[in-house]
Amino acid sequence: MNNSIAKEKIISLRKKRSLEDMRFKYYGFTAMCLSLAVLVFLLYTIFSKGYTAFQKTIVLLEVDYNQEVLKLTPDSSDEDMEKGKFFRVKKQAIENFFPDLSKSDIKLVKKLFSINVDKEIKDYFLDNPEVINTKQQIWVTAHSDVDQLLKGNSRRDVPEDRRKLNDIQLSYVDQLVEENRVKQVFNNFFFTKADSRHPEIAGVAGSFMGSLFTLFTVFILSFPIAIGASVYLEEFAPKNRITELIEVNISNLAAVPSIVFGLLGLGVLLNVFGLPRSTPLVGGSVLALMTLPTIIIACRASLKAVPPSIKEGALAVGATKTQAVFHHVVPLALPGTLTGTIIGLAQALGETAPLIMIGMIAFIPNIPTGLTEPSAALPVQIYLWVESAERGFQEKSAAAIMVILIFLFMMNAIAVFLRNRFERKW
Amino acid sequence: MFFWSLVLIAVGIFSSFIYGRSRIKLNSKKQGTKSKSLPNYYAQYVLMWCLFPALIVYFSWAIFQEQIIQNIVISNFEFIEGAVYNEGLLLAEIRNVANNPSFADGKSIEIINAASHYSSLRQISQISFYTSIIIIMLLGALYASQKLKPEFHAQHTIEKYIQYILIFCSSVAIFTTIGIVFSLIFESLRFFAEVSIFEFLFSTEWYPFIPIREGQTAAEGSFGAVPIFAGTFLVMVVAMCVAVPLGLLTAIYLAEYASQRVRKIVKPLLEILAGIPTIVYGFFAFVSVAPFVKAFGQSIGIDASPTSALAAGMVMGVMIIPFISSLSDDVINSVPQSLREASLGIGANKAETIKKVILPAALPGIVGAFLLAISRAIGETMIVVVAAGTAPNLTGNPFENVTTVTVQIVVALIGDQEFDNPRTLSAFALGLVLFVITLFLNIIALQIVKRYRERYE
Repeated sequence: MNNSIAKEKIISLRKKRSLEDMRFKYYGFTAMCLSLAVLVFLLYTIFSKGYTAFQKTIVLLEVDYNQEVLKLTPDSSDEDMEKGKFFRVKKQAIENFFPDLSKSDIKLVKKLFSINVDKEIKDYFLDNPEVINTKQQIWVTAHSDVDQLLKGNSRRDVPEDRRKLNDIQLSYVDQLVEENRVKQVFNNFFFTKADSRHPEIAGVAGSFMGSLFTLFTVFILSFPIAIGASVYLEEFAPKNRITELIEVNISNLAAVPSIVFGLLGLGVLLNVFGLPRSTPLVGGSVLALMTLPTIIIACRASLKAVPPSIKEGALAVGATKTQAVFHHVVPLALPGTLTGTIIGLAQALGETAPLIMIGMIAFIPNIPTGLTEPSAALPVQIYLWVESAERGFQEKSAAAIMVILIFLFMMNAIAVFLRNRFERKW
Repeated sequence: MFFWSLVLIAVGIFSSFIYGRSRIKLNSKKQGTKSKSLPNYYAQYVLMWCLFPALIVYFSWAIFQEQIIQNIVISNFEFIEGAVYNEGLLLAEIRNVANNPSFADGKSIEIINAASHYSSLRQISQISFYTSIIIIMLLGALYASQKLKPEFHAQHTIEKYIQYILIFCSSVAIFTTIGIVFSLIFESLRFFAEVSIFEFLFSTEWYPFIPIREGQTAAEGSFGAVPIFAGTFLVMVVAMCVAVPLGLLTAIYLAEYASQRVRKIVKPLLEILAGIPTIVYGFFAFVSVAPFVKAFGQSIGIDASPTSALAAGMVMGVMIIPFISSLSDDVINSVPQSLREASLGIGANKAETIKKVILPAALPGIVGAFLLAISRAIGETMIVVVAAGTAPNLTGNPFENVTTVTVQIVVALIGDQEFDNPRTLSAFALGLVLFVITLFLNIIALQIVKRYRERYE
């Protein structure tokens, strides 16, 4: 009797314990799934907000290239054509965009078009000078407000004063849709233009080039220095106080917040050395100092992975230590060091705060062509667009995030490829 | 200018190498003795003497040229008495006119004169730059070529030089630290000359305004950083509340329960989470989480602001999850297997083993990981800049708008950076606080982790 009660107790206790075990395992599983779910949700948010930025809205506009309005003749020289009065042609085209428009209506219609339309009308003419004195149907870029409305990013059911487009403009847009005079095409501006105040013609080309130049500077500075430092620390450094100091320094630098490196760049590189502000040269130098510890740690690991027998073999046949290291150990460790460098560069690519500190946050509307020219960088561009009040920039920022993530993904893929292809297991 | 000087230096490198090689061969032939080292070492010797002095000249020119020219131009500028000049604006104007003659219309005669002075100085500087580089390279090569005798041990010398270069590379880390410490302390001292250190550390009013006009008392700023520290702390606490349970439980699951296959899939995914740039998290916080938090706050009757400590902290917590999970994973894995087996051997099940044996054994390491995560959270910038707001509220309510140290640094330095007012300089004082705290956390954490490792190795 007593025995069976004890048995039952034991069984129930065991049940309880194994239930607890299950529950604990389940907690861990849930935590893991939650973390991954956030990742999925993050990527989904970016994609769903950003994919529309790869399309732009264009409107069919009938342009009359009348020679009298343009103040040109069919045999004007190219130089004269540059000076043609295209704004008058555009004005006329907009006045005739819908039949019987009043003066106030024309103002409203004008706001349906991008600021870039003048240039598009002009470029079309310069490409085809024979269209003079003819009427042409041209697809021109629509204003961002129209674009956002048609993409469904801005709502039309809110009160009029909280909308960018008023009721009359909405009816115009509806009419355009009905008459098939508006359509969506691939947004080439996003990949060919730099930043702009107008969302419909803003692109990532400028900041992308800025990021490339910055990464180039980072690579040029950090790769040789990191290899030099790690070779010294791994192979030559005597075991003394100074070496220890350097090692402690490196491990502490790795944990210094990136914004402090920005302050270093501002306080030393800009104020003391007077290097040009907002340039990839300064941005790259700061990021190189920031990523140096990461790269050094990776380089040292790959130098350590080369078996000592190789160096000893070289020493045995009479090589000096320098020869043994630079002719045998370093070449064998090179793939590993390159992998580490690429991972460091990937870290540098996403870094925003130090670049803001050294002024790469300035509005740069053209594509940089050199290291000492003011330029933007991709992450800072994203920040600028996120902070912007204009609705049209939000999808741009998500799309720019996609660009930066793809860029990062490719860098990591290269690193993995290098590791798998060249790294030898001893 | 600098592109062509690079070409020049490249030509110098190439020709000095060829020269050194052929010269030593010639010399040893003349003397009829074999040289002590291979010809390439002599060539490298000449190359180094040609290259490094030239590089030093190159960089010092690049760094100091503009400043020296500007100083000369300003010191020769014909100031008109009574007029007020802003040196920075004046210089910018002079440079604009010099680079772009079409801007000269309508500018005063002094500026046009100064601009032509500026461009002539630039020209002189460029010419002397090229000549000095050429002369330095020739002098270096000349000095080296005198040593090109067969009995000279070129290889030893080269190896010594290589050592110096390597030592220089390693000391870059030290220079960086010195640079950080000095720039922070120097600018902070300038800040504390105007604002007392006690006000900064203990006062609760943060209005970083500066008087626009001399003697304007209404807009006198006050720099009490307590609300900023409190905001940083609040965001950090929210972040840790998200990251610690999720990160630690994930690590436990991966280390103790998950099959090899799950580990292989999940670990790279967590690495992706760790590799996403922080501005992307900022976007996520701003676009998805902050509106959600606002809606949630409204639904339970709390008036949440559109940017809140909760939104920023939650997203920051997500950012830290992989950091905590991978560190804790390492720590848990380095608990000796024998402890695990002993516990299982006396009949404990897995959960009991983890809770009663592994976690206590791994505790110091896990605490170290938490400290590192805290230092990460405090130093994180972009998420809070985008999602936490800039108003210095002294509050414990996570639904409210708070500001952090990093946000205030960014706010102080965006836009005009005149280094003569406490508003700009406050960024460096805040940076110093940030640097000291993260360094402190880090040293403690590394000590704990190290001691912990030693215990089981």
